[in-house]
Amino acid sequence: MPEAPAPTQEPRPWYARIDWGLAIVAILSFGSAGYVLVKEGPTLWLQILMEDAWLFASILPKVALGCLIGAFVRLLIAREMIERYVGRGSGLPGLAIAGLIGMLFPAGPFTIFPLAVVLMASGADRGAAIAFISAWLLVGINRAIIWEMPFFGTDFVLFRFLLSMPMPILLGLMARAPVFERLAPTPKAPERPEDAA
Amino acid sequence: MIIAFFTALLFLIALALGTVAWRRGRPLFDKGLADARSQFLHLLPRLLIGILGSGFLAHLLPRETVLAWFGPNSGWTGTLLATIAGALTPGGPVVGYALGAAALKAGADFAQVIAYVTAWSLLTLNRMLTWEMPSMPMGLITVRVIVSLPLPFLAAWLTMLVR
Repeated sequence: MPEAPAPTQEPRPWYARIDWGLAIVAILSFGSAGYVLVKEGPTLWLQILMEDAWLFASILPKVALGCLIGAFVRLLIAREMIERYVGRGSGLPGLAIAGLIGMLFPAGPFTIFPLAVVLMASGADRGAAIAFISAWLLVGINRAIIWEMPFFGTDFVLFRFLLSMPMPILLGLMARAPVFERLAPTPKAPERPEDAA
Repeated sequence: MIIAFFTALLFLIALALGTVAWRRGRPLFDKGLADARSQFLHLLPRLLIGILGSGFLAHLLPRETVLAWFGPNSGWTGTLLATIAGALTPGGPVVGYALGAAALKAGADFAQVIAYVTAWSLLTLNRMLTWEMPSMPMGLITVRVIVSLPLPFLAAWLTMLVR
C-alpha cells in the first residue's frame, strides 16, 4: 500500500498530512533501540541490529519488484475498466469480481475510498463496494508483498491470505442485509447526491 | 525454496507487465519505471525503520504480559484484546505489521496475531479518520464497520480449527 504523496484535490487538514504511522513507528523503533543499547549493552544491540539488517536486505528485491508491478498495473489498467466491471456486478459473481479487483488493484487509500464511492455511483451496491474495500484492506496483494512479508515471512502471509480470501465476499453478503438499506441505500440509476450526505 | 520461487514469480510478472507497457510505447514504460522508483524510495526508509524497530521491540516486549494477554491460553479474551489493539493501532502500512511480528516473536499465539492483523487491516481508527471519512458517506462506513466487527474473531477461530 503505497502511502505516497496523495494527489490532493483539496488541501487536507494538517493532522491528515503528517504521516502518523511513520512518526509512531519511528518513535517506537528508535526508542526501543536506544533503550536496548543503554540497558543491555552494545553486544546484544549489535546482534539484533545485524539480524534486522539481514532481514531488511533479503526482502529488498521483493519490495522493488512489488513497486514495479504496482506501477505498471496502475498505468495499464484504466479506472474506467474497474468501474465497468464492478459497477455492473450483481449477485454473488458481482461480489467475487469486486473482491478480486480490490485484491489485485495496487493503490493507496487515497484512491481506494473515493473509487468505492464512484463504483456506487456507477451502479455497484453497498455489498460490492464493501467487498472491494475489504479485499483491498485484507488481501491486497501489493500491500502483502511490500509490507507484510518482510515482517511476517511467506508462510504467515500465505496462511492469512488463504484464510481471508473468502472474507470480502462474506462481508459483502452481510452488508447486503436489508437492515442496512437505510444507512447506505442501494443507488438508483441516476445518482442521488443527497444519499451521500 | 518457496521464497525463491515467489521472488521468481514476481520477477516474471514484473517482466510481463513491463513488456506490455513497452509495447504500448516508450513514454508509458518510462513513466512506470519512474513511478516504481519514486515509490520504492518512499518505502525504503519506512521499511528500514519498521524492521529495525520490530527486532528491538520484540526484545523489549514483556514476555510474561504478552504470554498472559495474547499467549496460547488467552482464549477469546485474548482475541478481544487483540481486536481492540488492532483497531487502536495507527494505520499506515508499517505499524501493525511491526507490532504484530514483534508480539509473535515475544510469544503471542498465532491465532491472536492473525486476529490482530485482521482487526488492524479492517478497523484501524486512524485510517478511518484520515482517509475513509473524508471520502466516503458515513452510512457506508458504518455498515462496513458493523459487518467487519466479527471478522477478527472468525479469523482467530478458523486459525485454531485449522491448526
